[in-house]
Amino acid sequence: MKQFIVELINDRFMIAAVLLFGLGFMNLLLQKNLIKKIIGFNVMDSSIFLFLASQGYINGRIAPIITNGVFDAEVYINPIPSGLVLTGIVVSVSVTAFFLALTVRLYGIYKTVDFDEIMLLINKEAE
Amino acid sequence: MNIETNFFKRLNDWVNGEADRLFPELHETDAPKPPEPVATIGPLPNKDVLFLTSYQAVALIVVIGMVSILLYTVYKLPLFGVADNPAVNEVVERYVEKGLEETGAVNVVAGMILDYRAFDTLGESSVLLLAITSVMMLLLKDEKNTDPDEELIEAHEAVIEDHNRDMILQTMTIILMPAIMLYGIYVILNGHLSPGGGFSGGAILGAGLILFASGFGHNRVKKFFNMKTFRTLTTIALLGYGVLKTYSFLLGANHLPTGIPLGTPGAIFSSGLIFVLDICVGLIVACTMYGFFSVFSRGEI
Repeated sequence: MKQFIVELINDRFMIAAVLLFGLGFMNLLLQKNLIKKIIGFNVMDSSIFLFLASQGYINGRIAPIITNGVFDAEVYINPIPSGLVLTGIVVSVSVTAFFLALTVRLYGIYKTVDFDEIMLLINKEAE
Repeated sequence: MNIETNFFKRLNDWVNGEADRLFPELHETDAPKPPEPVATIGPLPNKDVLFLTSYQAVALIVVIGMVSILLYTVYKLPLFGVADNPAVNEVVERYVEKGLEETGAVNVVAGMILDYRAFDTLGESSVLLLAITSVMMLLLKDEKNTDPDEELIEAHEAVIEDHNRDMILQTMTIILMPAIMLYGIYVILNGHLSPGGGFSGGAILGAGLILFASGFGHNRVKKFFNMKTFRTLTTIALLGYGVLKTYSFLLGANHLPTGIPLGTPGAIFSSGLIFVLDICVGLIVACTMYGFFSVFSRGEI
């Protein structure tokens, strides 16, 4: 039991990332407002970044910037997740902008950002 | 005294929601009034309510199941922060130990994303270009895409905005703007020496432009940053990145000498192409950030 709690505290970043992912996914599924759905999507993105960054960290090591001529890999943290997070942030920004643009167009046509109302209006148009 | 009581009465009305505006005389403009909003539809039919309830229950079960599976996976993953976990493998060793020698960048992450994995970063820049292109396709105002009602609303808003420029915002913009721009340029130019680089510096530059645009209006920004500048900068930066990196890949990837000097590690003009590529990426990101803001708020750049 004691070991379990120690592991729980040690893995707090990954657990927080998973919980945030669930929260964001819940938001994405259950919110009716399209803007709030997009916010949920962004929370999911952030949880992935937290997970990747926590995978790269190593206790007691410093950021991989070689300033005093130490080339030993034992001194620095893992630089690869940092680069992956960078890619992720760019893709997240781009996708969010595209979603928001689509929402603006939908609002222009249906004058609402409520997903259910938009679906009802589309069904009415189809009939 | 009379004026003060009048003001407090108006403030009271405004707080209680009886009056629409605190200073109605400020908002009386010659612009045409916006049209009435379209009436919304009524309550949902019974069948849809049933569907929505079951949908919510299923969504809750699915998410809880997924989170528990993920939590179990986290429990089985290697411990956080331990040096011998499998993610820290020979690739990391190679990047850290040979990175400075091979790329010339003091910042290993910059050396990694702009030299070893530069193709990936070219893809990221292209994703940004693709995003701004699709947003412009959706939202840019042209002959087919304009609605007379919307134009009326926007003309109305523009007149109100021009009459009520926020003094606090303008003063703070004048104070902060040079510092923000300088800091953005510093972060871009020091990308290979310190944390930062093209993406973060470009985002800072874009934020400075957005602050200026919200303080002084789009027409002031248009004097030095319009559609033509946007197109020129983005095209030059992306093409420059592509051409430079293609050259380096054709020669450098096969261990042929590229003829690009790496310079002294730690100096500002060092690390070969990374310095130039950082500037290219920074330009693309700054243009894209301001482009998003401008297209979303005005429908033009």
